[in-house]
This record gives sequence, C-alpha cells and structure tokens, in this order.
Amino acid sequence: MDLRLGAHYDELRERVREFARANWPLRGAEAELPRREQEILFRRRAIEAGLLARTVPRAYGGAEVPTDPIAEAVIRQELDAAGAPHRASPQGTHMLVPTLLEEGSEAQKRHYIPPTLVGEIYWCQGYSEPGAGSDLASLQSRAVAHGDHFVITGQKIWTSNAFEADMMFGLFRTEADEPRSGGLSYLLVDMKSPGIDVRPLRQMNGGEEFCEVFFDEVRVPIENLVGRRGEGWKVSKATLKHERMLIGDASYARIHFQNLLDLARRVRHGGRPAIEDPGIRRRLAELEGWIACQVHASQRILSAVARNEDLEVLPDMLMAKLNSTNVFQRMTRMALDLLGEEALTEPSPDETGMAVGTPTPGRWVSQAMVAIGTAIAGGTSNIQRNIIGERVLGLPRDPRPPGSAGGART
Amino acid sequence: MHFGLTEEQKLLQETVRSFVAGECPPQVVRAVFDAGGAHDPALWKGLSELGVAGMVVPEVYGGAGLELLDLALVAEELGAGAVPAPFLGHAMACVALSLGASESQRERWLPALASGELVGTVGWSEPGGVIDPEAFTVEFREGALFGAKSLVPNASAAGLLVVAGPDGRLFVVERGAPGLRTEAVSNIDRTRPLEKVILEGVPAEELEQPVGDRVRDAGLVLLAADAFGCGHRLVRMSAEYAKARQQFGRPIAEFQAVKHQLANMAVEIDPSRALWWFAAHAFDHMPEEREKAAALAKAHITDRAARVARDAVEAHGGLGFTWECDVQIYFKRAAFDRVVLGTPDQHRDRIADLGGY
Repeated sequence: MDLRLGAHYDELRERVREFARANWPLRGAEAELPRREQEILFRRRAIEAGLLARTVPRAYGGAEVPTDPIAEAVIRQELDAAGAPHRASPQGTHMLVPTLLEEGSEAQKRHYIPPTLVGEIYWCQGYSEPGAGSDLASLQSRAVAHGDHFVITGQKIWTSNAFEADMMFGLFRTEADEPRSGGLSYLLVDMKSPGIDVRPLRQMNGGEEFCEVFFDEVRVPIENLVGRRGEGWKVSKATLKHERMLIGDASYARIHFQNLLDLARRVRHGGRPAIEDPGIRRRLAELEGWIACQVHASQRILSAVARNEDLEVLPDMLMAKLNSTNVFQRMTRMALDLLGEEALTEPSPDETGMAVGTPTPGRWVSQAMVAIGTAIAGGTSNIQRNIIGERVLGLPRDPRPPGSAGGART
Repeated sequence: MHFGLTEEQKLLQETVRSFVAGECPPQVVRAVFDAGGAHDPALWKGLSELGVAGMVVPEVYGGAGLELLDLALVAEELGAGAVPAPFLGHAMACVALSLGASESQRERWLPALASGELVGTVGWSEPGGVIDPEAFTVEFREGALFGAKSLVPNASAAGLLVVAGPDGRLFVVERGAPGLRTEAVSNIDRTRPLEKVILEGVPAEELEQPVGDRVRDAGLVLLAADAFGCGHRLVRMSAEYAKARQQFGRPIAEFQAVKHQLANMAVEIDPSRALWWFAAHAFDHMPEEREKAAALAKAHITDRAARVARDAVEAHGGLGFTWECDVQIYFKRAAFDRVVLGTPDQHRDRIADLGGY
C-alpha cells in the first residue's frame, strides 16, 4: 500500500487547476456565445491540452496519450471542482466512442468520434423497449433492408435525453428468422430522420430526462451499420472491453454525505439541532462506514486497473453498482428522516436533475426518488444480484430460453 | 499510488491460509469448541514458527518488523478459519511494547514475545462496558495496580499482561504477580476465551511511552479483519451449501430467492475489505486518519459480519440452527469481534466526535 500519488500526479493536478483557471469560464466575446458552443470550445482545448479523450487516437480527435486511470481520476476531480463542463454526452463518450473504436469502420470513426468527443453530437442509447427491459435480447423493433437503406419500425423506451440527442445508437432486429440476440444489428440513427417521434416521459420526481422514441418507417443508410448484420449483440458488448473507462469514483458519495451533515446541523429536532441528537449521530456514523467502504473499494479498483491487475478486482467491480445504489438509497432515506415535514416538498423543475446542486429540501426529495431509479437504470439491482450470484459466488445460471446466447442486460 | 498488497503480503496470507487449512481444519476447531475453548499450545507454536507471534516486533528483538496491515492479513485468515489462538491479545501486547517500551523493557520482554514462548495480552475495557480511557478507574500507586479489567482475551494463557490506564498510560504485569486474579467470563465464542482480571495491588511496570490509543486502534483493526474473514467465509459456506442442498428436485441455489439472498450477503461484507486495509495502512502511515479509520472499520465491519452470520444461519435452514453446523462457531466468533473493545454504537459515538459532526 502506498496512497501517496507522488510528484508526477501532484504536478498534473496543479497543471489541471491552472488549465481550468485559464479556460473556464470563457472570457470576452467567447463568454457571449451560446452555452453549448462555450462547452465545445472548452472541451476542444482540454483535448489539445491532453486532459480529455486521452486514450482516443489523434486521427479521431483524441489526445492519444498512454492510458493512466489515476491521471484520469485526478483530472476528473479537478475539473469537477472547477465546475468545468468536461463531461460531454456520456452515452456518446462512454458508450458509443469505445464501441466505434472497437467495431466501427474507418469512415465511421472519422465521421463520428471527433464531434462526439467535444459534444457537437449528442447521443442517446436505443436499447430498451416496452417488451424488452432486463431481457434485452427479446427486443422487437425491426430494421428491414431495402437496397442501400434499412427501414426501422418500432419503439424504444426509457431513452435518456432523447429529446436533445442528435443521434441514436441502438439495437434493431434485422434478421427476422434468427431468434433473440442472433437477429440484432447495431445501427446509428439520425434523430432528425422523418418518421421519428420523441415523446418525453414525465418521471416521478417531475423531471423529464427520458423519453419514448417511435419509429415509423425511418430510413437509415446502410453505412450506418456498425459491425456486421446480425452481430449487433456482440458489437454492443464491445463497450464492456472498455469498462475501465466507466470506472467511477465515489466522490459523489462524499459530497452527498457532507450535504447530509449540513442538513443535520440545520434542521431541529425537539428544539435542538438534529446533529446533537445521539441517535442521529450514530446513524450518520453508520452511513459514514458504508461510504468509507465505497470510497476505498473504488480506490482499490482504480489502483488495480492502473496496474493491469483487473482480474484481481473483478468481483469488486461486479458488486460496485449494487453497493453504490444501496449506499445512495440509505443516504437519501436519512435525508428524508432529517427533513421531517419538509420531506413532502415538491421538487421544482431545477431540483430534479441528476447533478449535485445546492441541497435544498426539494432536491433531497428528488434525489430520494432518483436513488430508487438507480436500482432500475443500467441493469436493475435484481439483475446485479443474479450477476453477483453467478460470477462472484459461482451459483447456477438463471434459466435461459432454449438456444439463446443473449443474457440479461448488465 | 498502490492500493493493494505487495507480493510478500500475498505470500504471507497464502502461507497462513494453508497452515490453517492443514493444522486447524474444521474438525480441530470443533474439538476445541466442544472442549470449552482450551488453549492449544501446539497450534500457537505452529503459528509462531510462521512468524505470526513476532510479526510487528522489530527485527533486532527477533521479530519480523512488519506493519499492522501484515498482522491484519493474518487476522483475516484466523477469522476465516475460526482459529482458536491467543492472537488478538498477543498482537496488541506486541504493539504496546514495540511502540511504548523503553530500551531495557524491550530487551526484557520482546524477544520472548516475538518467538511466541511468552504469550501476551491486553486488558483494555473495564466492567460496565467502559472503553473510554478517560473513564478508566484502574489506578497505579507506588508501583502497584488497583482495579479491574473485563473481557481480557486469553488471560490465563498469557504470561504477560498489559493494562491500559488513563491518558494512554500502559502497565506491564507478569504472570504470577501477587494480587493478580482472573475470573472466567461467560463467552459464547469458545475459540477465544475472555477473562476478567482483578488487580489488588499488583506490582507493575509502566511503559515509557503512553501509546494506549495506538494499542486500542491496532486491536480495533484486527477485530475488523477477523470479522471480515468470518463474514467472507460464511458467504462462501452458504453458497456451497446452496449448491449442494437439493429441494424440489434441484439445488436450492437455482432459486432466485436464495441466489439473491446470497448476493446480498456478499455485497454486505465484501466491499468492506478495502476499509480495513485502509485502516491498517493508516495506522502506520497516516497518523491524522488513524483513529477514525480504525473506529470506522471496527464499527462497520463487525456489524456487517454479524448481519451476514444471521443470514448464514437462515441460508443453511434447519442445519444452520444446530450445534454441529460450523455456522454457529462463526456466528459466535463474529459476536466476539463485535463486542470486544467496544460495540459498534460506542465507536459510532467516537466517529461522530472525531468527524466533527
């Protein structure tokens, strides 16, 4: 064990701070540009400085520096602290780009990756359907080949940020005769195509981030097929090879916990600040135990990945999502208990986002609902339990439909 | 940055694991348990020959000069095997003398502690569940100790007793000193007997440095590591049982209700490994983090292990409720880890203060 980052990373941290001070917020005439253009400018400069898109080749608009998860964590921390807009559309940078790097044609890489990295193109992910959630391989939206086009008919649902996306990457059934995952292809769809209808869904917290997307004979050029026809399942799994890019840190958990302490200092129980109540103090300390586990477990994963010892921490990686979901839910439940009557506060529209903003009562109420959503989105907690049971504890696999290659969505 | 073990540490853990598998298999643990938890000198001798007894003792006194993390890695394996050995008290005594003793005190006691010939232990808590040194009532007058210490691990097996007083002060008492009495304490964990030590004017020698806090923190981390070992093992035992046990014509592990229960148990305990690693590392390298990290590890992980132990009983069905099933041994060992040196709630009170809540 050696938890010192060392001079190399201390210098990097200083350089990122300096970069952030000099480059965000924009100044002069640039500060008058629309927000999205400002963000694009910032990201372009951050890539040039070698701080973003680090592992993407220069030919595709990246910084092309050797992979270094610790450096990336330092950069993330500092750009977060500076409030800089370094996170472009995560579906684009974290899912589409790795997939194209692995499976895309040269033309696709050159055409799509550079604008995705800076956020000129926003992406949404067209996977889930009304009848295909955890059982993704059963999806039914069809893409029928007609000459140099596919024609898509069907529906996607729970499509995050589809209302503002320029493009969708998704799985569609191109091979009518092949069952389940064998008949799927991975297609890139222009969201401005005729026949696409995006309808935002109102979430339980009042926010409208995810949508239904309807396809009525939507034409998609054949060159928008990634990988081979009928091999979309495999293409979509290519992202997993880049899961090191998805390693989160537990910094949000720390921030939420500090906010929770502040809340406990503000609210009064029995005429005194709640923080003075021994029972409340113990519950907070118990939460800190959970958070400390999450923080140090993610440190350990990061360290192992940086040393190419991924296999040693595979079980920990497989447990990370369920664990962080559980911790987040415990924290928001505690917040609701502290809020007392204020736990009924209706979140206002600017309190429903995922971002960690000023922890107002409405935002806590929204976060308590979002915390339940994290048990559903991106592989439900029950699916996580199957994965942990099978891959960590070696228990028998769940029954699959006969002849099926496609497992549950992770 | 490296958050992980060195090759030497992995080898150390592997060595202890195979020793436990060979010399202390479940039937040996059961035999000790049924006999009421008698100290097994042969087992301790074997562990000492591996270097376990002197692990943190400086090399000049015959030890290995290693750190608390190394010791905690051993604790994990002893917990995983429910090994009946006077390890906890001995390790804490070694920390006390290695960090707090004068040169002559070190020369006098450390070589015998390092070889394991002299077994040490530490009296920390006082009757009534008192763990705060400021509230200790033990007194040192004219070279003699007066008072009592409760829940002293393996006191009868020990030849050297370190008694904790107020202000971090520590006192050494040798076996057979006049005025020293021990009383057995009822303790469900028969792998590690606990005794009450009564001090009625017992001649004692004060250690040069008042390092009581560090001795306590070492103990907290070792209990957390032991509890982790218990909990981790219980999850794997339960998974193996579910794969073997057939009902409705198939292994019960195929039922999602069972599978999910086992997955929840794993998520309960497994992510806490990094917490005790961190706390053990902080003990030697991050003084500003040491005290709180040790308290967090003890409070959190011993609670998690106790929870996993309850679930493991249930996962084993009727068998889990029997004396013959090893789950009961781990259940009780986890209970010891949870209570000795202070309950989770007592440490959460400290965490709240240390964290500036």
